[in-house]
Amino acid sequence: MNRVYGDRKTILILLIPPLAIYVLLKVVPVLWSLGLSFFQGNTLRGFEFVGFDNFTTFATDGAALQSLWVTIGFALIATVSQVTFGYLLALLYVFVLRKGSAFVRTAVFFPMVLPTVAVALLFRSFVAVGDNQGPVNDVINFFGGSSVEFMASTAGTMATAIVMTLWSSMGFYAVLLYTGLLDIPDEIIESARLDGAGGLRLVRNIIVPLSAPILLSSIIFSLNSTLKVFDSLLALNGGGPGTSTSPLTLYMYRTAFEYAEYGYGSTIALVLTLLCLVFTLTVFRSSSKRVED
Amino acid sequence: MTATQTLTQARPRSRKVAAPGSAPSAARRIRRSLRRIPVWLVVTVLLIVVMYPQLWMILGSFKTQTEFFENPTWALPETWTLDNYVSALTRGNVGINYRNSLLVTIPSVALIILLGVAAGYVLEVMIWKGRRTVLLFILAGIMVPGQMILVPLFTVYFRAGLTNSLWPLILTYTAMGIPLTTFLMAAYFRSVPREIFEAATMDGSSPLRSFFVIALPLMKNSMLTIGLVQFFSVFNDLLIALTFTTKPDLATIQVGLLSLSDEYGSTQYGPLFAAISVNIIVLLVVFVFLNKKIMAGLAAGSLKG
Repeated sequence: MNRVYGDRKTILILLIPPLAIYVLLKVVPVLWSLGLSFFQGNTLRGFEFVGFDNFTTFATDGAALQSLWVTIGFALIATVSQVTFGYLLALLYVFVLRKGSAFVRTAVFFPMVLPTVAVALLFRSFVAVGDNQGPVNDVINFFGGSSVEFMASTAGTMATAIVMTLWSSMGFYAVLLYTGLLDIPDEIIESARLDGAGGLRLVRNIIVPLSAPILLSSIIFSLNSTLKVFDSLLALNGGGPGTSTSPLTLYMYRTAFEYAEYGYGSTIALVLTLLCLVFTLTVFRSSSKRVED
Repeated sequence: MTATQTLTQARPRSRKVAAPGSAPSAARRIRRSLRRIPVWLVVTVLLIVVMYPQLWMILGSFKTQTEFFENPTWALPETWTLDNYVSALTRGNVGINYRNSLLVTIPSVALIILLGVAAGYVLEVMIWKGRRTVLLFILAGIMVPGQMILVPLFTVYFRAGLTNSLWPLILTYTAMGIPLTTFLMAAYFRSVPREIFEAATMDGSSPLRSFFVIALPLMKNSMLTIGLVQFFSVFNDLLIALTFTTKPDLATIQVGLLSLSDEYGSTQYGPLFAAISVNIIVLLVVFVFLNKKIMAGLAAGSLKG
């Protein structure tokens, strides 16, 4: 039997096409990009080997450092709020709404499938339609506050971006964590209840530790997607005002394709990749250490 | 639709369970439903926050430019005409944008699924030395951000003279979709009992034949689930589309939406709202029918990735 399923011809026929596309269009470009980060220039002007110059430039480039902080700040705030709101919703689904949660679950999930560009444009109009103010300011006025021009300030734009990210993805994280909570055996929760643990204590001492693995996966997934934030900040306000909310991805795109600095662009892409790797490993290490303690 | 059904069915069922306990006194039952009020309040606020922006956008798509500037933005449209939709689809590029998006998304997703299921079969069902290493090698691709391949691919597509077509988008999406699809397909094949494939061999089917006759029909459900996930990630992408689209008439809908709003000051809000609303309405229809598959697929994709 093993000999039949070791048939070389079948393996080659079925594996060569996907492997070839993967290697040629993903692996080779990644290695190529790694190499490019040691060069300066572009295809028209020619390339010049500069060693680690691009990296030292990055460390002293104000715009690059600014976008690095935008990326890290956005990722941290978005991840904490996404996972927290998702977890609260999941607890609501499992322990309060129980069987009646299907409609709420589906409705809150839906914005996740909407294109980020569309969502960003929606929220930009939601805070202001041209010179006319949007529903958000109407609500602020109703409670006696004065209108805020969200897109005119860095803090306003970032706050809108965070709220928008939360709006579109909290339902997704809720479903993710909900499936994790469903896996907790009812007997454990019942016996904890009998031992007198109820409400917050039950959640803190029993439920959170038991759902730790899925919380960890959610945090890692959320960090990895928010560190690559691109569409939302670009479509929301073009990385502005000025470049104050332009993340690494957008700075890389502009460096490489608007200023045709292919080498430096590749360096920025490499920094982004390393950032994702470092964040993932840090979360992973810190959590496995806590389990050992 | 199915979701509302379960909601309406679930309520009487849970009440029946609670009935014996609360039967003794009516006061206790009232107290219990009073205690539910904060819950319904929270759920109502939640649903308003989630749904109102979408409804507001769709209502806005019926307004005229003067209504946008003179009426409060929460006002209902004065007339219900489809003028904005017509002008977005005909006068703007939105119609072409949607056509391009479909021309890119459908072949990409088909290729991703076909190549992914083939790779999954070879890496899980076929037995050969080094298959674990190859799987890990493909898996590594999930970790790398798209930014790492933009510059080299741009150079290659430019040299190969492909920049005047939609091929750069299709090829790039396919390459980016393969790692996760292969990994998920391999996982699905792992849950299929080996005996099915061994029985096929007994009946004289070669492994290649078994792939087409047994594996593909067997994976139909998984292919649909992963296909939906890939559809959303390709259709909603901006980065790749923006980088490899050099001409306006090759732009996908996401790039189109971005440039539609870029003409600041002279933005035609009606058509812009209409173009966004088309997205919301079409995806809502898809989601009503396939929400279980979409939710399961997206969750699987994130956890295993």
